[in-house]
Amino acid sequence: MNHRPALAETPLARYALIGGALTFLTVFLFIPLGLVFVTAFKDGVDVYLASITEPDALAAIQLTLIVTLIAVPLNIVFGLAAAWAVTKHDFRGKGILLAVIDLPFAVSPVISGMVFILLFGASGVIGPFLADNDIKIVFALPGIVLATIFVTFPYVARELIPAMEARGREPELAALTLGATGMQAFRLVTLPNVRWALMHGIILCTARAIGEFGAVSVVSGHIRGETNTVPLHIEILYNEYQFTAAFAVATLLVFVAILTLALKSFIAWRESQRKVVA
Amino acid sequence: MPGLSLSLGIVFTWVGLIVVIPLAALVVMSASLDAGTFFDTVTSDRAIAAFGLSFGAALVAAVVNLVFGLLLAWVLVRYSFPGKKLLDAFVDMPFALPTAVAGIALTAAFAPNGLLGGPLADLGIKAAYSRLGVVIALIFIGMPFVVRTVHPVLQELQPELEEAAATLGATRRQTFMRVILPALRPALLTGFALAFARGLGEYGSVVFISANLPHKTEIVPLLIYTKLEQFHYAEAAALAVVMLVFSFILLFVLQRLQKRRRPSVMRNRPTEATA
Repeated sequence: MNHRPALAETPLARYALIGGALTFLTVFLFIPLGLVFVTAFKDGVDVYLASITEPDALAAIQLTLIVTLIAVPLNIVFGLAAAWAVTKHDFRGKGILLAVIDLPFAVSPVISGMVFILLFGASGVIGPFLADNDIKIVFALPGIVLATIFVTFPYVARELIPAMEARGREPELAALTLGATGMQAFRLVTLPNVRWALMHGIILCTARAIGEFGAVSVVSGHIRGETNTVPLHIEILYNEYQFTAAFAVATLLVFVAILTLALKSFIAWRESQRKVVA
Repeated sequence: MPGLSLSLGIVFTWVGLIVVIPLAALVVMSASLDAGTFFDTVTSDRAIAAFGLSFGAALVAAVVNLVFGLLLAWVLVRYSFPGKKLLDAFVDMPFALPTAVAGIALTAAFAPNGLLGGPLADLGIKAAYSRLGVVIALIFIGMPFVVRTVHPVLQELQPELEEAAATLGATRRQTFMRVILPALRPALLTGFALAFARGLGEYGSVVFISANLPHKTEIVPLLIYTKLEQFHYAEAAALAVVMLVFSFILLFVLQRLQKRRRPSVMRNRPTEATA
């Protein structure tokens, strides 16, 4: 880097700027995250292990996994379909469709959960019909899954659309000219081309599905061992002043977050490698 | 190209079931209130206080993130120092970390007996369980937005621009204010708006660090939540509709901003053919 004053900052200014950035991250990120681990292990490893293996914690982990395993694959199918429709075809109302796909990003999580209460709750729009037929949606697994799908559904589509847009339509058109069916063109040409963008979208979608709190909190009903996901379990422990247990379970989610960031960085690195080769 | 009807079929079914019908239920429910009751609900003292706090805290947090987001992006693009790659990855932590965990972690740090809250309490500043606590949570939640919008623009900024400014006798400060900052302005605004919108709707982290007292430290999403728990569905829907309107206005502004995302200095750059 050039050190002439008009082109770069003086060394002193540089250190001050780096110091300022590090201080900001330390205060708002590193200290709070560090305290999660300090509190979790405050009473020893045995208490930590007991907190994350007691039946309610295991039930919460199991529910979170079930919800994630339902919501993420459905959103992958949706994301692929949306990206294919939007980038490989022209149709009227595309702008509106794109805006609707972005919508959950702009809606408060509480509102995302609440719409399902208004629809399926006891005094909701079709609540009485569901009650008559003994169908339970809110305060049960289906409601939690629906709320999770709502908050996570833009992620895969949002990553895929720019990636497919950037590739243009020529690769698929070439495949079709050579006699491929539409499905073959999609499977053998489109998918391999956007696999890293797809992976990126799946990772973000999964992280949000595991960690969603507000929307799920509204529709869950907080029934211990039944409708408590991991983030809700943490809230209950915390509100019961079982701080060590709350922070112990929270470390599991911090590990998931760190894994998410590691995978994201790996994908970014692979992408940059690909660009160098190309 | 084939597959339009299949893919659009999936998309419309999904969007209809997951987004359109539920949001329609919201509008139907709020419409069950007559205009007078709707107005009274969203302009009650408690609602006004909650809107004031939600907007105020989100605004302050977004301004803080504007300044520090630019600083972080600058440091990450322009300087090299040990641990930079790791820092770059960790900036995205608020995107990956569940909000409930963020909430209890920030509360642990900023509570009166916490590592950071203790010294602040000695200075007479109450961090957690006050309005400042809400701002702290929203700073955390909105941290990555400005960094991620500014970072790529700063990276692509042509060094020739700064060199030209320098040869014309500009000081470093003038170059920054008149050459670099204008080029970053659209990205800064986009990041600011994204952080603000995110802060406005945030619930998970705030409910832990806030005392959640009506009229004082209660945010709008919590007020909506409370109304739902008391089975005042229509009132909850009315408050949600007002929030949604503000969110849509923000979304609209954002789309306008993103259309002119490319900084003008780069757009007006002569192409190789004309140069």
